[in-house]
Amino acid sequence: MKMIHVYPVRSGLVFVAPCLVLLAWLGMPSHVYSATPEEIGLKIATEASALGDGFGNFTARQAMVLRNKQGQESRRQLRVKVLEVAGDGDKSLMVFDEPRDVKGTALLTHAHKQEADDQWLYLPALKRVKRISSSNKSGSFMGSEFSYEDLSPPEVEKFTYRYLRDEPCGDLTCTVCERFPVDKKASGYSRQVVWQDKDELRTWKVEYYDRKDAHLKTLSIGKYKQYLDKYWRAGEMNMVNHLTGKSTDLTWADYQFRTKLKARDFSKTGLKRAR
Amino acid sequence: MPRRTVRYLLARSAIWLVALVFAVDAHAEMEFAAWELSGRVSLEGRYFPRTGIDPRHQSSHTTGFVVEPKLYVEDVEGRSATVVPFFRYDSADSVRTHWDLREAYVLLFGELGESEWEVRLGADRVFWGVAESQHLVDIVNQIDFLEHPNGEVKLGQPMVHVTWTADWGVLEFFGLPYHRQRVYPGQGGRLRFAGLVDTDRVEYESGAEEWHPDFAARYSHSFGPLDIGLSAFNGTSREASLVCMPPACKLTGVNDPSNVWIPYYAQIRQFGLDAQLTLDAWLFKFEAMHRSGDRNAFGREREYGEAYGAAAAGAGGFDDLVGAYRKEEYVAAVVGGEYTFYSVFGSTADVGLLAEWNYDERGRQALPRRQPMTLDNDFFVGTHLSFNDVQSTEITAAFVTDASRATRTMGVEFDRRLFDQWSLHLESSMILSMDPADLQYVGRRDSFFEFHLEYSF
Repeated sequence: MKMIHVYPVRSGLVFVAPCLVLLAWLGMPSHVYSATPEEIGLKIATEASALGDGFGNFTARQAMVLRNKQGQESRRQLRVKVLEVAGDGDKSLMVFDEPRDVKGTALLTHAHKQEADDQWLYLPALKRVKRISSSNKSGSFMGSEFSYEDLSPPEVEKFTYRYLRDEPCGDLTCTVCERFPVDKKASGYSRQVVWQDKDELRTWKVEYYDRKDAHLKTLSIGKYKQYLDKYWRAGEMNMVNHLTGKSTDLTWADYQFRTKLKARDFSKTGLKRAR
Repeated sequence: MPRRTVRYLLARSAIWLVALVFAVDAHAEMEFAAWELSGRVSLEGRYFPRTGIDPRHQSSHTTGFVVEPKLYVEDVEGRSATVVPFFRYDSADSVRTHWDLREAYVLLFGELGESEWEVRLGADRVFWGVAESQHLVDIVNQIDFLEHPNGEVKLGQPMVHVTWTADWGVLEFFGLPYHRQRVYPGQGGRLRFAGLVDTDRVEYESGAEEWHPDFAARYSHSFGPLDIGLSAFNGTSREASLVCMPPACKLTGVNDPSNVWIPYYAQIRQFGLDAQLTLDAWLFKFEAMHRSGDRNAFGREREYGEAYGAAAAGAGGFDDLVGAYRKEEYVAAVVGGEYTFYSVFGSTADVGLLAEWNYDERGRQALPRRQPMTLDNDFFVGTHLSFNDVQSTEITAAFVTDASRATRTMGVEFDRRLFDQWSLHLESSMILSMDPADLQYVGRRDSFFEFHLEYSF
């Protein structure tokens, strides 16, 4: 069932009468009346996460174009396989195709909701599987402006939230929320500001603030397409680093849902088979 | 060498025949879903600042190239075939100009109730273990000693490799029908004994020689942050005992360039354990193994001298010489860790620090295993710098010191992508000091600098 989300126009405790009437008319539960910005933020995150549940598995291709301040470009290509795990974080497998010197290198991640993720790296030249530390969330992913934490789906439990406001974004209306990492050490950011449309809870923009609370990066997301009549996936992402002037364009293609992927493809044996 | 090459070709043909039967059998529904040609071509050079042990034949530098393409074919069911031939040309050493079939296998897999089976049939490379300073438990493949003395490069090993993956872990069986001999540098090559090793004159403990069926098994599993592996191997040793037999070899030892040694491969049994605990930015590593069956002449100099004298007088043969060797049984271990500082000083660079201790029960009677160094009581410290830039610039430095002898070595490597498909590798492998009591004392002048200019496709 699709839910309609309505949030107060102004944060705070004072609601104007028409707003109350509207909420009542839409049949919102009564506790929303007294919801704090933190509760509203959590609610949006929880609902957005729930909307993404049940996809089973998917595969896709990623192409990255890395640009420095002078406009010099460098390309990355990889394939991604993701398996949904009931009650825990997703399992994912990334296989690199470009640059060619790292071709065949693969990264297996078993994400967890509470404890640290498990990660194994496959090095094809040595045919070696190496268990690696997953605490490097803030490091650059393949020299791009994306970090590992920018690319992994945000688990609801790993943040606290604060609803800020509603504002128009393109033809849509977006909620603007802040999220703060629960484990401060595990994140490279002090906070993120997220724009999500009220219709489908798709994320359109994220601003990242570093540990000194300086505006470090901005992620713009677009070309959303719906799969299996339910799941929205972005076609384009653009990350700009305001400190260095560098940027990365990430294009997603060839999304395929509910493929023949099984849990076994996300084991260490499956990792050695990835190419 | 030629005789061996022919035999190996035969062995390979047999394996391919079996693989082909599978392929033809499956041909009815076989539909190629994907195929791909990738690989690398590398222009390489090495420079040795000091004159070698055999200056009449050895030179101070060598150049050459490597070609290593990879062909991969996959059908709609996910079954695949992989072929990775390898060729090196070396300007200084005709023996180092060599080729190998690194990989040539068919991969099949499927469900087995709740678990999964996988079969790899053909020549392949297998890696076991967690440590960085040496790969102690790793034994399935012979190392390609001609490529690099660090023992990281391996020869393709013909095998039937069956994997059973289930909730309780991964169980693997290896049937290894053919033994790959260790390869040693030729007369023009550096990084060798003063004398040469005659691989055509090879001797085996088993009457079946290189066709002795070797077996290996491994169980591995992850328990939360802990990854463990238990392994066993029974068969032909991957490390040769070098035997000095008259008249080609005199009792003048490894420093005499005129000596020609005979490699001897014993039947051994090895049990191994490898474990890694991953906690935050810490990796704690442990490897241990128990091995029996290898032959060692250390401490048997008198017996060996007698057997040698008898052989020289025509009263004894090769078996009597090997009979004078001690049959070994020993334990060896590596223990250590790795810690990484991420995004140091607000930059994007990571700095990893590594430290390991290598132990060998045989102490001063230890023989080199997969590297020319003996690691009996040796500390290894290293650092790994990843700049995480667009060019994937990395610097690795490692220092190894023998705690009970005056042997110290240091290696530094630099890697950087130049353009999308071109990358550069620079390396220096330095012997800082060498204890005269060490077997590798003969190679004390073999510090070298190396570069690779590599094109990947």
